[in-house]
Amino acid sequence: MKYSYYPGCSLESGAVEYDLSSREVLRLLGVELAEIPDWTCCGASAVEPVSRLLTLALPARNLALAEREAPDADMLVPCSACYLNHMRVERECEADRKLAARVNEALSAEGLSRSGTVRVRHLLDVLARDVGPERVGQAVVRRLEGLTVAPYYGCQVLRPYPLFDDPERPASMEPLLKALGVEVLDWDMGGRCCGASLMATKRAAALALVSAILDAASEADLIVTVCPMCQMNLEAYQKEAIRSGGRGRPVSVLYLPQLMGLALGLSEDDVLLGKNMAVTDALRGKLRAPAAATV
Amino acid sequence: MNERTEAVSLPAAATIAVDITALAEIQDMVRACMQCGTCSASCPNAPAMDRTPRSLWRMLLLGLVDEVLESRTFWLCSACYSCTLRCPRGLPLTEAMAALKRLAATDGRAADRKRGLFYEDFIRNVEKNGRVRETELMLHYFLDMRDPLLPLDYTPLGLKLLRKGKLRLGGSGQRGRLGPLFAKVREMEARP
Repeated sequence: MKYSYYPGCSLESGAVEYDLSSREVLRLLGVELAEIPDWTCCGASAVEPVSRLLTLALPARNLALAEREAPDADMLVPCSACYLNHMRVERECEADRKLAARVNEALSAEGLSRSGTVRVRHLLDVLARDVGPERVGQAVVRRLEGLTVAPYYGCQVLRPYPLFDDPERPASMEPLLKALGVEVLDWDMGGRCCGASLMATKRAAALALVSAILDAASEADLIVTVCPMCQMNLEAYQKEAIRSGGRGRPVSVLYLPQLMGLALGLSEDDVLLGKNMAVTDALRGKLRAPAAATV
Repeated sequence: MNERTEAVSLPAAATIAVDITALAEIQDMVRACMQCGTCSASCPNAPAMDRTPRSLWRMLLLGLVDEVLESRTFWLCSACYSCTLRCPRGLPLTEAMAALKRLAATDGRAADRKRGLFYEDFIRNVEKNGRVRETELMLHYFLDMRDPLLPLDYTPLGLKLLRKGKLRLGGSGQRGRLGPLFAKVREMEARP
């Protein structure tokens, strides 16, 4: 299994732990990644409110580069916003040839063009369907018994393109989590919006969404995420959200591959657990308990 | 007040500087809306909005352009696509919200320009650095907003990120990389 890898800007800064743990876990699962050389920002969710063409041309540039480097490989993207931006180019250009030509005309500024051979895949999609829970289970060296995990999917990984799971009641993480030995919290907030893109411009509205999610997860030891925006919202604004009216208590928030890495034998340092902004002492204690020991 | 009344009676609102083509495109996106309200019921941000998404679409189709552009509703869309997913007519509602942000930001109202500043600063940052440099982005945003209290809102997060070694102060290896693409897109979008 070989993929072109698009980390995205967050994974170079605020989400380094997502980048590193994804690379390490995929390596342990026998997945090969080739980072797209010279990749640039996909525009996040901030370009669409300004320019319609640019919001397609930016991700199209990365797709053109991926196509040039490895035309047969799927492009693996861990960030949900980056994933959606690239997926949208794929979908819209497929449906509208004029638009595809317009995007290629923009790319001609760099002597690039995109023909559409590269498929865009989210990290979760690759883990859930290409790798699969069985292979994950075989690679587990330390079952994480005694932990209850709330799987958080967020929005853009399944909306508006629900390619690999039910966007109303997503469940693709459950078999992967069970393969690690943890209990999965039964909740209905997994696909609820956390308001990430409003945190800079409409703080109060975003905090209300974060509070609701944290409240619902208060029975869990931790929440796992598959998007740097969701992660940041749920961990960095947690105290503020609880203070502003949430009933919840502090909850640890980890990236899915960080938790997987711990079960696959990586240490807390290996998955950069020290970079997380919400890890409770209770979780650290449970992770270090001998009960969660070797298989 | 006068201007407002005129805008109501003139659908495409010739009295205000609205891009009529862009407006017509957005109206087309929601033309088939049957006012079922599924969008409003699905929107996680509806409680914070001054108009529900459903009534926004109706006002848009009635040509109440001033009322639509003065509303906070589309600025509160967090692009979660719940409305788009559930719309029984299959309308691109999230895209319409983004298109309204575009329209409002170019329409020349001072308040809207301010609301659109974050997006503009973001894009300038990407154009210059190739990859986002958050620290630089936020500094420019604070300067442009000219609100001395605003940085205080972000201080706790900034300190947390700094402590975790997550704030990057240096430039990017992709600096200037997107210049040609941006220039080309600008040239293409300026064509009549």
